[in-house]
Amino acid sequence: MEQIEDNPHRHLEDLQQIRTIMERSSRFISLSGFSGVFVGIFALIGEYIAVQHFHVDPFNFDLNSYGVLHGLPFFGNEYATPLVPGWHFSLKYDFTYFMVDAVIVLLLSLFAATTMSWRRARINGDKVWNAASKRLLANLFIPLAAGGIFCIAMLYQHYVDLIIPATLIFYGIALFNAGKYTLNDIRFLGIIEICLGLLCCFFTPISLVLWGLGFGVMHIVYGIVMYYKYER
Amino acid sequence: MKELINPLNKAFESRIRLGIMSVLMVNDWVEFTDMKEMLDITDGNLASHITALEKLGYVEVRKQFVGKKPNTTYGATKAGKKAFNEHLDALEKLLKNRE
Repeated sequence: MEQIEDNPHRHLEDLQQIRTIMERSSRFISLSGFSGVFVGIFALIGEYIAVQHFHVDPFNFDLNSYGVLHGLPFFGNEYATPLVPGWHFSLKYDFTYFMVDAVIVLLLSLFAATTMSWRRARINGDKVWNAASKRLLANLFIPLAAGGIFCIAMLYQHYVDLIIPATLIFYGIALFNAGKYTLNDIRFLGIIEICLGLLCCFFTPISLVLWGLGFGVMHIVYGIVMYYKYER
Repeated sequence: MKELINPLNKAFESRIRLGIMSVLMVNDWVEFTDMKEMLDITDGNLASHITALEKLGYVEVRKQFVGKKPNTTYGATKAGKKAFNEHLDALEKLLKNRE
């Protein structure tokens, strides 16, 4: 066997390069954590708007007693039998209001996360749309889409109590799963979301508070931690 | 101190081959273009090094058609993973002996 030039400097560089390539080719490290601050703020504003509009008490909330469902297509038209007897008020408009609020929050959050990740990728000299980011998105959105459809199914079946906890739990599972393909820290956020969601299953009257904690406060905390850890 | 038998694998002397193997250690199947982007090298350069690794039995090539487009993906063979791990161990050992 021939001897390779025995150069310790080269060996060290080789090992470092191997480590970097393994990391970069399997994980999308440019996902902006700091965008979490904005996502959290959007979630809290969105929730505040909904709470104000529907005059609900976030510390004593019962989605069942609330006719938010009645504008939904599969609940028939506005003359459909109300879920709660005696509820003779068409909430078609209210449901629309709620959906518009939710979709705006979602779009703004996605916009913040994408543009800020774009910026980070440029700084890191990374491509935004590569094998690693595609895999990250697939692993994030498959559990998330399953959760979304599950929540629609619960609405459809009139099992509304656990819809809010389900959003937290599925989001947490999605983050935990995605953590394999980006910076590992996001898995902790996933675990926290799962725990809040499970707690929420047992304490449904404060589900709005826990939702705000999970989607609002926790995102903001996560964003600040990530900023100081990696992005400053 | 030089060791009697050098455990470093000559096949991985080139940085590009180290890069190819590193990518294939953590990804099951990688497309040519993705590999090219990850390592930031030219087509010809990548092709020649991959062919060399393939001849050694370290890399497996899979050719398929996605629609009408030919699609070539690469994966590390068992032998390739073993050889690369041994090479890494050897590198680490060499560095440790120096400390």
